[in-house]
Amino acid sequence: MTLRAALCALSRAVRPGGCGGLPLSRTLQVCGATIHASHPRQGSTYTPPPARYGGRHTVTLIPGDGIGPELANHVRELFWFCCVPVDFELVNVDSSLTAEDDINNAIMSIRRNGVALKGNLETNHNLPPSYKSRNNLLRTSLDLYANVMHCQSLPGVKTRHRNIDIMIIRENTEGEYSSLEHESVPGVVECLKIITRVNSLRIADFAFQTARQNGRRRITAVHKANIMKLGDGLFLECCKEVASGYPDIAFDTLIVDNATMQLVSRPQQFDMMLMPNLYGNVVSNVCAGLVGGPGLVPGANHGEHYALFEAGTRNTGRSIANRNSANPTAMLLASCLLLDHLKLPAYAHMIRRATLSTVTETRMHTADLGGQASTSDVIKSIRNAIQSTGPLTQSI
Amino acid sequence: MAGSTWRTAVFNLLRRWGLKDTKAFTADQVPQAPRQQRPRASDHGMQTVTLIPGDGIGPEISTAVMRIFEAAQVPIQWDERNVTAIQGPGGNWMIPPNTKESMDRNKIGLKGPLKTPVAAGHPSMNLLLRKTFDLYANVRPCMSIEGYKTPYTDVDLVTIRENTEGEYSGIEHVIVDGVVQSIKLITEDASERIAKYAFEYAVNNQRSSVTAVHKANIMRMSDGLFLRKCREAAENYKDIKFTEMYLDTVCLNMVQDPTQFDVLVMPNLYGDILSDLCAGLIGGLGVTPSGNIGTNGVAIFESVHGTAPDIAGADLANPTALLLSAVMMLRHMGLHAHAQRIQTACFNTIQDKRVLTKDLGGNAKCSEFTAAICERVQDLD
Repeated sequence: MTLRAALCALSRAVRPGGCGGLPLSRTLQVCGATIHASHPRQGSTYTPPPARYGGRHTVTLIPGDGIGPELANHVRELFWFCCVPVDFELVNVDSSLTAEDDINNAIMSIRRNGVALKGNLETNHNLPPSYKSRNNLLRTSLDLYANVMHCQSLPGVKTRHRNIDIMIIRENTEGEYSSLEHESVPGVVECLKIITRVNSLRIADFAFQTARQNGRRRITAVHKANIMKLGDGLFLECCKEVASGYPDIAFDTLIVDNATMQLVSRPQQFDMMLMPNLYGNVVSNVCAGLVGGPGLVPGANHGEHYALFEAGTRNTGRSIANRNSANPTAMLLASCLLLDHLKLPAYAHMIRRATLSTVTETRMHTADLGGQASTSDVIKSIRNAIQSTGPLTQSI
Repeated sequence: MAGSTWRTAVFNLLRRWGLKDTKAFTADQVPQAPRQQRPRASDHGMQTVTLIPGDGIGPEISTAVMRIFEAAQVPIQWDERNVTAIQGPGGNWMIPPNTKESMDRNKIGLKGPLKTPVAAGHPSMNLLLRKTFDLYANVRPCMSIEGYKTPYTDVDLVTIRENTEGEYSGIEHVIVDGVVQSIKLITEDASERIAKYAFEYAVNNQRSSVTAVHKANIMRMSDGLFLRKCREAAENYKDIKFTEMYLDTVCLNMVQDPTQFDVLVMPNLYGDILSDLCAGLIGGLGVTPSGNIGTNGVAIFESVHGTAPDIAGADLANPTALLLSAVMMLRHMGLHAHAQRIQTACFNTIQDKRVLTKDLGGNAKCSEFTAAICERVQDLD
């Protein structure tokens, strides 16, 4: 490890500007289109967790179920190949167990490391309510209150709509996902949706700051306050309050059913969208579908102290597990968001550029994009792209 | 009730002879299946339908539909009624009693858009109608219209939404200052009712599969109860394929490939979002039909767009949504031949592109568009 680390450190010293002398910018030119790599906290004063061990970061890796383990392996191998100064602490969570020890171990590991990359953990919804969704437990225990998903049309990916560039900010811890249910009378179940002023102000503030840092001009709040007057009404009120403090960013509101209708007819009209938990689930999946599917879009979950990166639409992909046919793009782009978060922009840029060029220029597409390539074909193509343009890498 | 007792006896007889593989039915379990078998007040004569023109563009599009029905010689007479909220003796808001009495008698209604005045002191008119007639199922068939181009072709699905409870129960509290809870109510009865209706609809309309849309991974008890009831209903309809899918997966797949869906059944909020999403796929609320099914055989078909006060009275409105809802109503009543003719005439007119209203991309007036459809309907005879 030391010789490799030394070589890589040497390579970094020789080319401090990153791969190919490219600037550490937030945008990539890919196939004639500008792809923005956004990070919510760029330009702010946050500091990533320190690289404690010999200048290397430790990141919790939770493979998850379905296609998770194979994609997690690919990320690990690619990081090794690129000499990324990140070590993964692998934490397996067995979602079939009803005991919560595994997930508590994962939470402890993330508290220790500060950052995590994960695949989706399956929830068997036929189990009794005492078995809570592991993914949700992670988000609420670590207070990862903001889910950020950036959906952009990629050239070379065949979709019905073009020129989509929407950033979705979704409240991640409360709303309909409070998991507070009871059967007051046999045959009558009540499920509580909780909206609080504190969390609504917090997510709105996060959204506006992110908009400012990423050059977004307009935020649309999605709600159903005509029906849920108190709940979504409070959310809207908080958004408007925060909006008044950011006069440079336009703010408007849209009812959720109208929002989905507009998304499928004219998605280009949206810039950034902000919403509570459940509507965020719907809208983010609609947008992901519009730009090419679950295999392309990464997601980030941010809290005050921790950050968790995953594929944006949080699918397990059970039906295509272990067939070498999953699309690794979303997971790899999520790992690039992770590298941005750790303030390793050169590596992030290198891997992101290679991944996107494989999708858009080389057009090596897996089955979900209508192609014939396998996961390993795509990974090989990405490695070739990195090797041909990047700094020192491990030999293949 | 005599009719259903007779039917029960026949079903049980057939079952005993092994000619029908369904369980023995009691009177209230007899599937209210093919609507044309239901005895009507005047089966072979004119049937009366309550017409509620509505506000804004409502009257003009209602007139358009009446003209087209006349041209197609549909055996329907209209009983035009008004719906304005009035306050009853107990202080409850209700619809005018003569409208209620008309609906109870005719059972079938066609409604234009109703406006809800802000701060009127009374709930929305749509909500009042829903409560008065216990309209528990909202049905929206979404079919791509040839000639009205959208990025999605070949859409052919139906969303069936539970319309009375769920997230729209309207029960909210402020727990402490800054913390609000909204209650989502799921009951066994309502879930059972909507699930049964969904499968019945699938059978009556030659649909092959029903998909229950839920989020039981997060809302285990509530959506779990809904799912259980759907599964139980599926047991009685073995030749209809039943699947379950998470709401987010449905949304993801819907915008990529809507052809994989057939009939979707779901609770209130998901239904609201998905039905509007599907309406967006085929071209928006201006071309989407909708029907509300209630207990006691009441069914109200409506256009779901707004009242468009800015073009009201200007003869610019597009009557397609109300017309397609009326076609849905004809199918519900068993008048399939008339329904098909009017639908074909409407679609052909749109496909022809010569006479189109402004929202469809043309610059014809509502009356001209209506006349074009009337002409085609008469040609199709």
